[in-house]
Amino acid sequence: MSKRKTNQRSKVLNALAAPFWSATIVVALSTCFTLQVSAQMSKPQPSSMSAGATPVMERPDMGNQIFAHAMLDQFEGRTKGSDSELRWDGEGWIGTDMNKLWVKSEGFSDNTTVSDGDHEALYDHPIPRMRYFDAQVGVRADLDSGPHRAWAALGIEGLAPYFFEIAPTLYFRNGGHVAGRVTTSYDLLLAQRWILQPEAELNFYSKDDPGRQIGSGFSDLDAGLRLRYEIRRKFSPYLGFAYNGKYGNTASYVRQTGGTTSNARFIFGLRIWY
Amino acid sequence: MRKEDMDGKQIPFTTRRRFVQGIASGAAIAAWQWNGLPAFGEALTPKQAVLTGMHFDLTIDSLPVNFTGRPARATAVNGSVPGPILRWQEGDTITLAVTNRLKHETSIHWHGVRVPADMDGVPGLSFAGIAPGETFHYRFPVKQYGTYWYHSHSRFQEQTGLIGALIIDRGDRDPIEFDREYVVLLSDWTDANPETIFSNLKEQSDYYNYHRLTLPNFISASVKDGFGRTASERLAWARMNMSPTDIADVSGATYTYLLNGNSPNANWTGLFQPGERVRLRFINASSMTFFDVRIPGLKMTVVQADGNDVQPVTVDEFRMGVAETYDVIVQPADDAAYTIFAQSEDRSGFARGTLAPQMGMTAAIPQMDPVPMRTMADMGMGDMKGMKMGDMAGTAGMQGMDMPESSKPFPDNPNMAGMNMDHHEKRGMEMGGNLGQRPLPQPGPDATPIMPMAAMTEIEAHLTPSNVVHLHVGPEVDNVAMEVSERLNDPGDGLSDNGRRVLTYADLRARYRGVDGRPPTREIELHLSGNMGRYIWGFNGHRFSDAEPIVLKLGERLRLVLINDTMMEHPIHLHGLWSELENGHGEFNPYKHTVIVKPAERVTYLVSADTPGRWAYHCHLLYHMEAGMFRTVVVQS
Repeated sequence: MSKRKTNQRSKVLNALAAPFWSATIVVALSTCFTLQVSAQMSKPQPSSMSAGATPVMERPDMGNQIFAHAMLDQFEGRTKGSDSELRWDGEGWIGTDMNKLWVKSEGFSDNTTVSDGDHEALYDHPIPRMRYFDAQVGVRADLDSGPHRAWAALGIEGLAPYFFEIAPTLYFRNGGHVAGRVTTSYDLLLAQRWILQPEAELNFYSKDDPGRQIGSGFSDLDAGLRLRYEIRRKFSPYLGFAYNGKYGNTASYVRQTGGTTSNARFIFGLRIWY
Repeated sequence: MRKEDMDGKQIPFTTRRRFVQGIASGAAIAAWQWNGLPAFGEALTPKQAVLTGMHFDLTIDSLPVNFTGRPARATAVNGSVPGPILRWQEGDTITLAVTNRLKHETSIHWHGVRVPADMDGVPGLSFAGIAPGETFHYRFPVKQYGTYWYHSHSRFQEQTGLIGALIIDRGDRDPIEFDREYVVLLSDWTDANPETIFSNLKEQSDYYNYHRLTLPNFISASVKDGFGRTASERLAWARMNMSPTDIADVSGATYTYLLNGNSPNANWTGLFQPGERVRLRFINASSMTFFDVRIPGLKMTVVQADGNDVQPVTVDEFRMGVAETYDVIVQPADDAAYTIFAQSEDRSGFARGTLAPQMGMTAAIPQMDPVPMRTMADMGMGDMKGMKMGDMAGTAGMQGMDMPESSKPFPDNPNMAGMNMDHHEKRGMEMGGNLGQRPLPQPGPDATPIMPMAAMTEIEAHLTPSNVVHLHVGPEVDNVAMEVSERLNDPGDGLSDNGRRVLTYADLRARYRGVDGRPPTREIELHLSGNMGRYIWGFNGHRFSDAEPIVLKLGERLRLVLINDTMMEHPIHLHGLWSELENGHGEFNPYKHTVIVKPAERVTYLVSADTPGRWAYHCHLLYHMEAGMFRTVVVQS
């Protein structure tokens, strides 16, 4: 199998993918939010204000408002000696209680390449008779220094009993490729503002994809233990450790290119949301 | 009888009204403070305007303020936050010209005042709201007395300061004797944008809760109560993804609690002379905060609740739900200062003021009480005591369970007792007629009941039970209480067994007989529901945006049955009509405009649908209302 080469131009473009996607999400959500607020402020004006005249009534609409949030759960440097890279994992949503558009983006970036670049746009709807789980359906694009892939995505995301955040998702693309991902996390309060968060992401693939160095089966695990201090709810610096492991055929591909299949590194970063 | 006027002048009651009207061209502004106060400390307590008369010009505008040490902008009435005290006279016809100088719509709702529906000030229901630059003319006769308040009903303007006290003096002699009176208006101020607060709650519902359970809490509780019990309690809550520390959604983390617009440091001070009877008109004008009020060293005699006189009951402390009012009499005998201490229910802060013989005197500020914890009883799961882990597993069926037995008719209702004893149907028909199709008077010494209670027992009640409400857990409902109870003699979480005599709803006995002696002919059951994690609130599992109006027939008498399936208290406010709380005092059940329903509690009240129109019916926690805990009640003929 020949190692796939990318030209310099696309390398640069791909290296920009991380900030580009993050910035795009933030800008898009901010714009939507601003539009929403200004729409609310410019309500139709009644023609007459005197008592007894027939007023132009606008039915109040409590409970059907559009909100928007964006959160960078992980925005961190991972380092072990000279081996260091940037990791980001963020998401944003806009919508009402019952209908939301979610955008998710994650990946790694070092000096030259972007890897594991996963970007999703999902429609989200709460599942009837479930208190804390939403169904999500949409698309995933693997956009990074490797060959690009497009997937259909179907998953659920929510809060399992005992306060475990969990989001299993299935992905499908042409050629009968199926992928699966589970992310889970838990917040352990050491104090009101000191929060220890174990977190893990597991990936599965049904078929080999040598171009992206992915083998069938359980492919990789990214797990972290982060201790954050909530200076404000929306702004928490953190420290911790992250482990990234490749398994099965995936590990073989990685070894062939001289990469490491097991990586435990010190991390420092920021958790911020809007 | 002599009565102390608001500005301290001793004026015989009979001439006072004429005096007031004499200067009431436009609106007269009188100083709120007692005359002749020493200069010291004066600056700490801004004077609050009192407007009296029959016509009022109110201007709503944005105002730079500084309650916290940082500049912020508030929504002001006539340049003050809270707005001026309005003082009306029972029997007058009041006109108010309200001008909007804001950039967006505004409104004023007269909370607890029975007005025609188009004067009620709810945009979208009563009228279209007051557009920027416009003036709306309110005009209505005032046919009641008591302590009330007014506030905006437009979005979050209540939170940004459009609130004020409203006092209606009695047309006849006020039987409550006092030498001096003060309004004590409690509120919660934030420098943050309320839109941001609401949005934050949608993303993280415990955003403002800094009393969450932590690992050290767990260790210390394990040492105290044993590991097994502590673990099983924690697991029981965690299983439901709920927190026993979920007391207040918005806390002192962002709020500064104000007393008459004064922060605790600014220390609003009301003066008295030792031995005087001082009437304090407490108003909870906050957006989200339940206050527990006490004045260490003084007994408080509660004489009025929600504008209606009650039989005096002497207490050490009382809890005020949002929008409730209580009038109390205190009689400080000593030449000493006393602290008015109003701690928020979640103990994240307090409002504070002082009663003193002279300005500058202060008294000690008590420590706040321990942070209350919700119990399994609040979740509607009965008492945790003796419950084992195995028992908890048995509650797995809670998910998706229908309402068990809440629709059961209330067995020992005092008003119902004997209702079905005799069967003089003919007489009942005669009495039926078109009674209650004109606004009934407020109970008073001269108000004639439209049917005496004695006659009522001879009439057969045709009580149409409520439709059974099927409530399931789901995105809009995170809990369905398995056991609900009436706990009217329970002062509420954090107040039980605190060693003080705390007012309960069971203590409220009306001073005057209720005016509508007819038995209810219909029951409507409403579940207070919500999903804390998603910050969705509603009635019967539906937000307002998905709900149909509740239709009442003009003249009908009905019972509203409220069942709280959530983990929080909700102060439920019915516009336009009285809520006659069924608290066991029969024909002396108290008339209220706002009724607290505690977690897993069942509360009932009777309503006479005597005023036609579209009325708002909602939780008075502002962000709950905006999240959907709101219904339209239509009274139609």
